[in-house]
Amino acid sequence: MARGEKKPRLAVWKFASCDGCQLSLLDCEDELLAVAGALDVAYFPEATRAEISGTYDLSLVEGSVTTAHDAERIQEVRRRSKFLVTIGACATAGGIQALRNFADVKEYTSVVYARPDYIETLATSTPIAEHVAVDFELRGCPISKRQLLEVVSAYLAGRRPVTPPHSTCIECKLKGNVCVMVAHGTPCLGPATHAGCGALCPSYDRGCYGCFGPMESPNAVSLSRRLQDLGMDAAALKRVYRSFNAGASAFRKESERHGK
Amino acid sequence: MTFPRKVVREQPTQRGLMGSEKQAILDAEGLQALLTALKARGYRVIGPTLSDQAVIYDDIETLDELPRGWRDEQDGGHYRLVESGEDRFFDFVVGPQSWKKFLHPPQQTLWRARREGEAVTVTPEPAEPERFAFIGVRSCEIHAIAIQDRVLIEGPHADPHYRARRQDNFIVAVNCARAAGTCFCASMNTGPKAESGFDLALTEIDGPEGPLFVAESASAAGEDLLGELPRRPATPEEVAAGTAAVAATARSMGREMPAEDLRDLLLRNLEHPRWEEVAERCLTCANCTMVCPTCFCTSVEDASDLTGQETSRSRRWDSCFTLDYSYIHGGSVRSSTQSRYRQWMTHKLATWHDQFDSSGCVGCGRCITWCPVGIDITEEVRAIRDSERDPVSES
Ligand code: SF4
Ligand code: SF4
Repeated sequence: MARGEKKPRLAVWKFASCDGCQLSLLDCEDELLAVAGALDVAYFPEATRAEISGTYDLSLVEGSVTTAHDAERIQEVRRRSKFLVTIGACATAGGIQALRNFADVKEYTSVVYARPDYIETLATSTPIAEHVAVDFELRGCPISKRQLLEVVSAYLAGRRPVTPPHSTCIECKLKGNVCVMVAHGTPCLGPATHAGCGALCPSYDRGCYGCFGPMESPNAVSLSRRLQDLGMDAAALKRVYRSFNAGASAFRKESERHGK
Repeated sequence: MTFPRKVVREQPTQRGLMGSEKQAILDAEGLQALLTALKARGYRVIGPTLSDQAVIYDDIETLDELPRGWRDEQDGGHYRLVESGEDRFFDFVVGPQSWKKFLHPPQQTLWRARREGEAVTVTPEPAEPERFAFIGVRSCEIHAIAIQDRVLIEGPHADPHYRARRQDNFIVAVNCARAAGTCFCASMNTGPKAESGFDLALTEIDGPEGPLFVAESASAAGEDLLGELPRRPATPEEVAAGTAAVAATARSMGREMPAEDLRDLLLRNLEHPRWEEVAERCLTCANCTMVCPTCFCTSVEDASDLTGQETSRSRRWDSCFTLDYSYIHGGSVRSSTQSRYRQWMTHKLATWHDQFDSSGCVGCGRCITWCPVGIDITEEVRAIRDSERDPVSES
């Protein structure tokens, strides 16, 4: 597919997010021409001014749903998209803004904003897949540029992208890193975290922070026991699972086991 | 599917093993001369080095790069290097990586293809012969290499990449004068003394002026090289000191595998409650299989570029602990953690015998040390065994 005369139309959509993931696309300096050569970049407000029109063959959706308006807009995006890929922790798990799911949003807005009555927001931040059918999810906060290109290349070739859902430990070992948890006693979320970053933090002697969310079969309960032995108390355990992927079920549940 | 059983195993040449008169003493200078001579013969010399607070096998040129004076402290999920305060070169045991990193590397391109117009050219990745000289190979590791040979070369479909990397190796074994807390080679009959499968073997002993090595050769190449090095014949006392050190190591293994017919034990306990219990601890992170020197499984991945002009196929280490590993049409066959842990352990200790005529475990203890939660293969076997002996202890 996708090798005909007409180039597939690409759209990049933004919901509640920091823009970091879509910027990964612009960050593909060396490959940008090839992307533009293979796809018709029809809607990408960060890069072009084109208006929304017609349907799109490939939609990349960044961000989570945090307002009633966005909850409607994503339905429209889905209707216009043949193949919809969510990119990044916001779109796949609700993002850091899903911390609101653990709190009282009304109370927050009254503290943060001078005119809270101007703020129209939902009580939760939710991933796109909770609202519409998603064809593929690309994890990460931010996503990996290499994996984004892989998803686009795979789409163009009509094959399944190679973005393995196993632990970060496998990437860590493939790179030849020495395990920071075993050899240095540094707490690491790698065993419960989805691969994709190339074990970035352990490569620099730090523990994994779980930016890519839960791996395919996370055993966070067992991992937490180990983290406890390494000195993390309940408050620390509650927080460690509560970052960019706080809304992902396995991390949320484990976080809540250590405190509300 | 049936697997061929390799019946005839090549016997290593025993030419150099003629008793103590064939054993020579090298001092540190002799060891350096060994490294230099191997390099001069065109070998890529790899040995233990200190990196990221662990012993890592890497390219070496001089003795200064060896972890002299360091010792490892190993336990389930625990590894620390400590200064031993002793002037010895090889007082550590095995680290997180094995020689598999060089012979069966983590990632390997298999072929590349290029489209030009309608034509597609496929170019297989040439098998790159490498002449490795491995310094400090432990007995368990020699057994592990022999197991990978059986799997990757001696079967009906030899792997050209492994074969190319393996065919011209020079192996300098080091007999262990210390066992780590997770070692159990003695109960697997794979160490601590290297019996064959090497060119030269060294046993480190304490000399009056620093470390000495009792050296013996087990191949023509080894004998030849040893003949070039500055050395002197070993005295009977020196030979005895080396033998005693290795015997003491055998007695001080940190772990022990129960002496049972493990194959039958495990295969008659496929529904044992212990699998569920271990699954509560197992992270399915796959670290055990990555560090295991005999685990050989790979996954094949295709890549294509944006223009569709270039594609490539490569393989990378995979693990029976991932879901994709057992994915067939419709889903993963081993979706539960207990089924994955059981697959791993029963393959290592039981069905490996049916498939490759040996155990798949050499007792190096890496899977115990590098498991982030310290799951211990010997303890898991023991739990199953003990439950048969004493039904009360069955949880
Ligand atoms: S450092 Fe972290 S990611 Fe790497 S192997 Fe250890 S636990 Fe896994
Ligand atoms: S199963 Fe464990 S102890 Fe046995 S060879 Fe593999 S890593 Fe070493």
